Amino acid sequence: MARDTDVLVLGGGSTGCGIVRDLAMRGLDVTLVERGNLTDGTTGRMHGLLHSGGRYAVSDQASARECIEENRVLREIAGHCVEETSGLFVKRPEDSDEYFQKKLEGCRDCDIPAQVLSGREAREIEPYLAKDIDRAIEVPDGAIDPFRLCVANAVDAERHGARVETHAEVIDLLREGDDVYGVEVRHDSGPGKRTHRTPGTTEEITAEYVVNATGAWAGQIGAMADLDIEVRPSKGVMTIMNVRQVDTVVNRCRPKGDADIIVPHETTAILGTTDEEVEDPDDYPEEQWEVDQMIDTLTELVPILEEARTVRSFWGVRPLYEPPGTGTQDPTDITRDFFLLDHDERDGVAGIASIVGGKFTTYRAMAEEIADHVCDELGVDTRCHTADEALPGSENLAELEDAMDDFGLRSPIARRSKQRLGSRSREVLETDEANPVICTCEGVTRAEIQDAIEQSGSDLNSVRIRTRASMGNCQGGFCTQKMAHELHPEYDEPTARAALDELYQERWKGQRHALWGEQLSQAMLSYALHATTLNRDADPAGVEDSLEFEAFDSGPDTATGTAANRRTDGGEGR
Amino acid sequence: MAIEDDVLVIGGGIAGVTAALSAADGGADVRLVTHKQSTLRSASGLIDVLGYLPASAGTTGTDEENEQKAGAGTALEGPVVDPFEAIPQLPESHPYRTVGVDTVREALAFFDEMLGDDYVGAHTDDNALVPTHGGSVKPTARYPTSTAAGLASDPRDVLLVGFETLPSLEAPLAAAHLEAAGAPFEARGVTLSFPGIVRDDAKVTRYAHLLDHDEAVPTDSGETGAREALAAAVEPHIQGESRVGFPAVLGDDHPDDVRATLEEALGVDVFEVPMGPPSLPGLRLEDRLYATLESAGVEVRSGVPVIDYETDESEGDSRRIDRVVVDRNGAKLPHRATEYVLATGGLVGKGIGSNRERVTEPIFDCHVPHATDRYDWFSEDAFGDHPFARFGVVPDDGLRPLDGDGDPEFVNLRAAGAVLGGYDYAAEKSGSGVSIATGYLAGRRAAERVAETRNADANGASENANANASDAEVTGTQ
Repeated sequence: MARDTDVLVLGGGSTGCGIVRDLAMRGLDVTLVERGNLTDGTTGRMHGLLHSGGRYAVSDQASARECIEENRVLREIAGHCVEETSGLFVKRPEDSDEYFQKKLEGCRDCDIPAQVLSGREAREIEPYLAKDIDRAIEVPDGAIDPFRLCVANAVDAERHGARVETHAEVIDLLREGDDVYGVEVRHDSGPGKRTHRTPGTTEEITAEYVVNATGAWAGQIGAMADLDIEVRPSKGVMTIMNVRQVDTVVNRCRPKGDADIIVPHETTAILGTTDEEVEDPDDYPEEQWEVDQMIDTLTELVPILEEARTVRSFWGVRPLYEPPGTGTQDPTDITRDFFLLDHDERDGVAGIASIVGGKFTTYRAMAEEIADHVCDELGVDTRCHTADEALPGSENLAELEDAMDDFGLRSPIARRSKQRLGSRSREVLETDEANPVICTCEGVTRAEIQDAIEQSGSDLNSVRIRTRASMGNCQGGFCTQKMAHELHPEYDEPTARAALDELYQERWKGQRHALWGEQLSQAMLSYALHATTLNRDADPAGVEDSLEFEAFDSGPDTATGTAANRRTDGGEGR
Repeated sequence: MAIEDDVLVIGGGIAGVTAALSAADGGADVRLVTHKQSTLRSASGLIDVLGYLPASAGTTGTDEENEQKAGAGTALEGPVVDPFEAIPQLPESHPYRTVGVDTVREALAFFDEMLGDDYVGAHTDDNALVPTHGGSVKPTARYPTSTAAGLASDPRDVLLVGFETLPSLEAPLAAAHLEAAGAPFEARGVTLSFPGIVRDDAKVTRYAHLLDHDEAVPTDSGETGAREALAAAVEPHIQGESRVGFPAVLGDDHPDDVRATLEEALGVDVFEVPMGPPSLPGLRLEDRLYATLESAGVEVRSGVPVIDYETDESEGDSRRIDRVVVDRNGAKLPHRATEYVLATGGLVGKGIGSNRERVTEPIFDCHVPHATDRYDWFSEDAFGDHPFARFGVVPDDGLRPLDGDGDPEFVNLRAAGAVLGGYDYAAEKSGSGVSIATGYLAGRRAAERVAETRNADANGASENANANASDAEVTGTQ
């Protein structure tokens, strides 16, 4: 029987996006389905560290080697998503000298460039490091934007003929006997780009082979075809600061522990993290103590964090896995390596494999291995090209940077826009139309928003992850309304309103964990602008009952006794 | 040697200005000090009194109460047609209930007189529904004359004009939204390019400046004045509408002139749609208020924070503020007054501060009730029933902030405006009204006390009279 597609990839995180690009570039017909937006699961909920491998140099040298290799690849193929910040492993007086030495040797064993700095040298690089930091190891850690990286993979896959469906939740795995041959998905608003308020539909998509790349959700998907996949989801908190207290990745040099890393990310710095097993990747507590722990513990490395402003916190769920029978108790001890579960071999069910474990930095190498496996299964003889060809936005970056103009934008706006868009800058920013700034915090103009809308439909969260609009200090207080305005006239008024409400609520979700001091003040301002000035909390357009307009003041000319009369009376009661 | 006045008002928003003018009106010598830019530049310039009633009572509340309310979401009643009728239905802890509905009326009349022809709405007790820049409508009690022709209860059809370089008002979308809200007229929107605007990110003050000064701008038919050029751009789009709305950029110094010129050229009524920050109607209101302060003889000093205070220990009366310390470019200057008014604003104006552990009033450390767990300060829903929106000091009926035991923190400190707790101005649309009513009463009470003190001094029995008066006021609240 003819199938709809050669390979069906479930999950639009880094793994799924990496696989779909890889297979599409090999010439296969590939479809990816994702429940929400790309990166909505774990990928969009990480600290944005591009590992040098240093973190694994003692505990897991195989991972460490793979990290440094992929770190080098991503700098080449995804330059526009990477910031080469470098990183420090810093040691406090109470931290072990022996471990410091092991870390250094481990890095060298794994070919990770590593250089020892004195406390003073480290503070010359990062002036806010605590005065008693006594030594540090410098490694080539970096910062990477997981959102734009995933989007670039998906866009490139589409260029190679792939179909990418977001807001398409898998509601059933299609299985006949011992053969899985596709899925049934529920489209939130019909197939294609999302449009709010468009009725949902369901669709059966059949495939020669199904790749379950849903990470922490892999168990839920497997269960639909009676496959037992023991993912052990483990949550971690990340707290976003309003500015970059550090420009270098700062790791604490000790064996393991919570709250031991600060990653500079775009205009912010991200504090991370914790590691705690949870039952359900969609429903777990997000708690105050976790945020407090980030601030209090990392203050030991960078004391100004104590009084600094955070703009929001978020939680991610790691898709940890270990083979049955390993029996590790502490999730921090579970390997970060990935596992390809061939269900034919493992469970006697053909046509499907699941990917669990793994880490973001090595997503491409993982995707390559999985794509190799899929091609073997399908008897296709091809080679992987993903390490050689730059992603959209990163082609010929070096020569483009010199040639590019500012597209009529003020210099800071132009600089930030070009950093985000890379080699797509001209295509997106060059316009004869007016191009005002929509998001002031992040310097995002109308042209960039419109480009994202073209990719995203009416989904403003999808616009957000592409552009960073509404991700700055105001957390959308000033720009979400304007972003919604950009949907019109392509999308109608109720659609724009629904999209705005959804984005605004999403922005509120993370801000709730930052509501004290300056950010509480900011939150009250946003609330005042949206409730008081815009009356969005009691918008008559959003309620059933129609408003009796004629009961209200229609102006002094139509009422008895004009304003002027009243004034000459001197007002009542005086 | 300290600077001495009868009344020192701390804070320069609507509440502070009203308090200063009210005290001056009562015969006191008044000084007003402000630290930061006022929040008026972020405000729409509309004078809301009460647009919605909160569904729940018992606001600043205990942990228990807050817990009960967490997740309840908003259930606002409204929009309210007549705010004065609705005020008695507010919870008793609401500042309007503290000052009483008659005071609210008196205060508004006082404010109306201050604003003269710049504002409309005093002809009726009823709220007006003013279109917002998102295309909704909101209830308000007084509105700038420039918005008067735009009221949503006026059945005339509307043309909204937006500009491609001002993304805050997307006119066709706003028009569609007005219709979705059920407005009793047809609304259309059109987006134009604003003559004379060269940079896509020009500030709103640049638009206003072009029109204020009627600067020469290039058009297809040669150079003309900015007002004429704007009218010429709009004119072909009018299809029988008798009123045309613009984003609120129609002049800063001469808005009436600008509007009149456009109305004459277009043969229609012209109105402004209030916008978000920086808001020209808010800035115009601020200018007007400060001009009024000047003519009332109030000394104003901006950019100077109050950083400390001292009580009158010598007389064994630690509940009387003897002086406050003002920081002027690093110099610590003591300011003395008989009466002090705290009008420093709420969370936005930084009159209320917080850290991870507690919520505070930063200058005098007045008691601010709040849940001990900061995760009880907010609702899960972005527009839910947020306890933080009601953070503020709790006053007695003379508006003196009370301590945790219900006694005045100081005998001669009164609070006005958003530094007061117990109300959510954003949900209720009550911000300006509460500031005006409490500012007015705080100023008036302060002036009364000043007069009493003077009389007592004249009678040579100041200590006694003061003590008695203070006791009487304390007793009055129990």
